[in-house]
Amino acid sequence: MTSSTLDVPAQELTDAQVARLSERALFVRLETLRLIEIAKVGHYASAFSAAEIFATLYYDTMRLRRGEPKWADRDRFLMGKGHAAVGLYPILADWGFFSKELLDGYTRLGNPLGDHPDVRHVPGIDFSSGSIGHALSGGLGMALGARFQHRDFNVYVMLGDGEMQEGQVWEAALCAAHHRARNLIAIVDRNGFQLDGRVDDTMGIEPLGAKWRAFNWEVHEVDGHDVRALASLLRKVRADAARQGPVCIIAHTVKGKGVSYMESEPGWHLGYLAPEDQALAIAELRAKK
Amino acid sequence: MTGPVSAQSWHYRQLNAKAPGLSYLSDALIELVDEGYPVVAGTADLSYSNGLVRFAKAHPERFIQFGISEQNMVSAAAGLATTGMIPYVASFASFLALLTCEQIRTDVAYSALPVRLIGHHAGIALGFYGTSHHATEDLAIMRSIADLAVVAPADGVQLAAAIKATVTHPQPIYFRIGRGQEPIVYPVDAEFELGKAVVHREGDELTLIVCGTMLHPAVAAVDALRASGRSVGLIDMPTIKPIDRDAILAAARRAPLVVTVEEHNTIGGLGGAVAEVLADAGVPARLVRHGIDDEYSLIAPPTHLYRHYRLDAPGIEAVAREALS
Repeated sequence: MTSSTLDVPAQELTDAQVARLSERALFVRLETLRLIEIAKVGHYASAFSAAEIFATLYYDTMRLRRGEPKWADRDRFLMGKGHAAVGLYPILADWGFFSKELLDGYTRLGNPLGDHPDVRHVPGIDFSSGSIGHALSGGLGMALGARFQHRDFNVYVMLGDGEMQEGQVWEAALCAAHHRARNLIAIVDRNGFQLDGRVDDTMGIEPLGAKWRAFNWEVHEVDGHDVRALASLLRKVRADAARQGPVCIIAHTVKGKGVSYMESEPGWHLGYLAPEDQALAIAELRAKK
Repeated sequence: MTGPVSAQSWHYRQLNAKAPGLSYLSDALIELVDEGYPVVAGTADLSYSNGLVRFAKAHPERFIQFGISEQNMVSAAAGLATTGMIPYVASFASFLALLTCEQIRTDVAYSALPVRLIGHHAGIALGFYGTSHHATEDLAIMRSIADLAVVAPADGVQLAAAIKATVTHPQPIYFRIGRGQEPIVYPVDAEFELGKAVVHREGDELTLIVCGTMLHPAVAAVDALRASGRSVGLIDMPTIKPIDRDAILAAARRAPLVVTVEEHNTIGGLGGAVAEVLADAGVPARLVRHGIDDEYSLIAPPTHLYRHYRLDAPGIEAVAREALS
């Protein structure tokens, strides 16, 4: 499914690199289960669909420095689908942006880690979210800021597919192409579901690739759970010095990926697994690895 | 695996079982449709959060799913109202009052259209979902929009009564409600009149004036205060605008010490409205405005936040005792 239209040399991963990213995606899923047990409610399926995207960005694609969440030349990451933050926090702790002990108090009084990313209190979070539709505009501003500041960082914005229904997304899309924000890369987690049901039943968004192309974005489609394909594509996007405008990657994913019944019941967007079900889910995830 | 094995596990589509109060909104609207009113209900991808899925099943022909497009929904509601429909559109209070504020002001209120805006999970009811999902500014914002009535029912019974009592109100209304897990305070036959307070108790030393979700803990706080010999009154103010001036002034004349309690910033909401009434009338009374004191709430499970901000019964009782001392 990966687009091969990019005119840059192949950027293949070694088998060891692929295994490492797959292991990190499993880490995201296991940590998501552990943290939601602390909160007693959370967005399992939203984090599971994005696990490989998180892993690929943070362990292959993005330019970061361990323990330096405010490094001025770091690549930025924003998530329009902020409700998947539970899957991101363990990665940020792993990068040394904050103490791993903070994870143990997820959502408790006095702890900064909540259901949505909070730029005011959580090191490593580049932009608050929770109100769907703002992130692409925020990312656009950062991308343009890099130009003003003569910095060469990239800005990665993960968007939900339900988020495509927010008008502000398309205002940002129009603006980013107009201003040729070539360092802005949107990744749509196309898992097919939103709170009220199937995206295409709730408010249809297809043809999605054609919409982004019509807004003058370079568009690629990829299997969002295939870390080899995803990482290779993101490497090529980074290596493409000739590109003049922003890029949209439509990552085809499965909501709840990894826990079989979550993949077929949209209600698991939000919910709670009692400890015995959590144990069964962990067993299933480990068996699939 | 076909599904979880534990009865303790649950997912979003089973939310109504955990939040039985969600049924009141839908049931009231179903009743209005059945009585022949041109009611139409809409939501922006939150039909399980506000329970409107129940309405959608009963009257699919009167339900509009707007997807995640709140501003679109509010302007469309204005358009619907111009055709003679009575639209009830619902979203989290944070999104409705803040994200769609300008659509509400210009398209709905300035146009004097009978749109009903249902802002649910108001205040800090969404606990650890964070500031994006908290609404501690909505009363202040909505109250400053001309021709928009603002109603904050205490429970599902009062919400249903308010919806039915105001169905023919010619102007728009903002209803501020909780998360459907609020204990029921009012008897099933409780009535609602727009602009009228409900005096639960009269007091000679102090009167608590409360709204919305704060009524239930305030009842317990007042019971405890009275049991210890203090003459404390309690007024529920379900209509924040137009506010019941007479009820406020009568309480202040009886006991020149008033404590307002709201799940909202202490600026601009119920406390602000009561302050304006007292100052305008020149009635000498001390006013203590209790709520979220012009700060962003911490995150935590809601009950932990209510305890932290002294918005539970022991907290309200303590605030009243401090005012009395």
